Amino acid sequence: MDSLNQHPAIIAGRLLLGWMVPLAFLPLMIWFERKMSAFMQDRTGPNRAAILGMRLGGVIHTLADVLKLLSKEDVVPTQVHPLYYRLGPFVAIFVAQLLFVIVPLTDTLRLGQDEIAMQGLQLDIGILWPLAVGALMVYSIVLAGWASNNKFGTLGGLRAAAQMVSYEVALGLSIMGAVMIYGTLDLNTIVREQGQLLWGFLPRWGIVMQPLGFLLFLVAAFAETNRTPFDLPERDSEIVAGYHTEYSAVRFAFFFMAEYIHIVVASGLVVTLFLGGWQVPWLDTAALRAQAKPVLAVMLGGLVLAGIVIVPAALRWSRTLRQHYTDARRHEGRVWVVLMGGAATIGAAGLALLPGLALPEWAPVAVAALAQISAFIAKVLLVALTFIWVRWTLPSFRYDQLMRLGWKQLMPLALVNITVTGFWLLLFGKGS
Amino acid sequence: MAVDPALLARLNVKPEELRVVRAQTSFLQSLYILEVVRGLAVTLRHLLCNLVRQSAMPTSQFPEVQRVLPEGFRGRHRLTVKDDGTPRCVACMMCPTACPADCIHIEAAESPDPSVEKVPVRFEIDLMRCIFCGFCVEACPKDAIRMDTGRFFDLAGTHREDFVLTMDRLLND
Repeated sequence: MDSLNQHPAIIAGRLLLGWMVPLAFLPLMIWFERKMSAFMQDRTGPNRAAILGMRLGGVIHTLADVLKLLSKEDVVPTQVHPLYYRLGPFVAIFVAQLLFVIVPLTDTLRLGQDEIAMQGLQLDIGILWPLAVGALMVYSIVLAGWASNNKFGTLGGLRAAAQMVSYEVALGLSIMGAVMIYGTLDLNTIVREQGQLLWGFLPRWGIVMQPLGFLLFLVAAFAETNRTPFDLPERDSEIVAGYHTEYSAVRFAFFFMAEYIHIVVASGLVVTLFLGGWQVPWLDTAALRAQAKPVLAVMLGGLVLAGIVIVPAALRWSRTLRQHYTDARRHEGRVWVVLMGGAATIGAAGLALLPGLALPEWAPVAVAALAQISAFIAKVLLVALTFIWVRWTLPSFRYDQLMRLGWKQLMPLALVNITVTGFWLLLFGKGS
Repeated sequence: MAVDPALLARLNVKPEELRVVRAQTSFLQSLYILEVVRGLAVTLRHLLCNLVRQSAMPTSQFPEVQRVLPEGFRGRHRLTVKDDGTPRCVACMMCPTACPADCIHIEAAESPDPSVEKVPVRFEIDLMRCIFCGFCVEACPKDAIRMDTGRFFDLAGTHREDFVLTMDRLLND
């Protein structure tokens, strides 16, 4: 391996990236959760909290929530196990934060002779890392549930243990098909393989090569994140809040954050394994670097288009705001007009200047990375939205149904998938 | 299966004839997938409709946009006045007598007008006790108290005194 990739500063930066990206998704995820659930139920959702009249469609509420959780009294019930009770949330957030480092955000960056990986951990075992570390998650929940010394907590913890252990089997087996097809465990290589074309026009994404594997992985990932329809460990109607019944303030916030980080991680893995990861469809890294100028032009054009769409809407909205409000909120529409108008102007100026511009040497690599990380984030958001969408649609499973689905349906299907994939590879080889 | 034998005898059913009939699901339904997709389509439709036409949502932005209450809605009370601006109320005590919540308190005084026997010097309605039944309006022989202000959602206050409607407030509504 080259030297720069192993430089301590670069390693620290990569780890920090893998650590910060899911955290950066958090406020967005919470906002989506609240707003999407509201719209699905014909409500408006959060729209009050504002900073200087800027409400950002309710994003500020997330900030208010954070402040509330930070400033609330931290209640530690007298009957709990003092150490394990405190340990539970920390294990949850610690394990959740360890997971995303394995996901490649873009292809390796080329700087002169050096290749810098854009994933926190460049491990050959790749996909085994989130499976192995993610399995530790169950400790935090069992620990929290049991240490709470509360019947509901214990029940939630036990349910979580049974559920996560059951679905871990299906989760592990469901990705084996994809691993066999791409012939590697390394996630970045898997994503690179997905850039090739099937029959000359279809990207060899996991969802195309392994539709059943994709479905199984998605379902098992839902179960692993403990969200509806697999929310048995914290089902309100039966066991209050399950394993975090006795938790409040920041300790509760840690569980809450861990759940959302898990969604981001699960989405990242779904995208990496089955939706082409950072691949921009039909454009691999070499093509993106060779076509840096057109790619840049498309991005700037997107900026202009966004401005063209949003500015008139914001103008209309601004008029309504000024009718309804007398306080600072009435100016929010104008701020958006200025911001989006400015962005569109910058985009247009960039478009005008681009043909005559001589791009520096590092620009193609940077443009390709930018395009790839945008594609990656867009895909992750899409899958994460699916998590929220499913949560607010489906009722949850009964315990015996959950176990039947995991052991009698998902696992045999995953085994069938592996067998069929194996025979397919044996008969037709990797090419088709 | 524990079923009351007397009930079975009355229905003329032998215990061995009892069996559990489960809900029938077709093969497609038992696969979950199709039904899940159908459910997702419903929520997505709501999501997109509300996203595109936010003004059509049933939520009203309360403090800024006041809801228009229907005609005849029993809202906050008011006292009516005569042509000369004095209260129509003659302190006859019909309304506190009719009031099931005991929330109306009247102090009467002698009227300066010889044709009228009494006038109220204190007329208070305790909204903390009021149940908005409208019996006071029904009982009034002089049409002096009405509940037609159409105001109901602005009854919030920070002190108990805020919820006591004094004669001033009643007359000026």
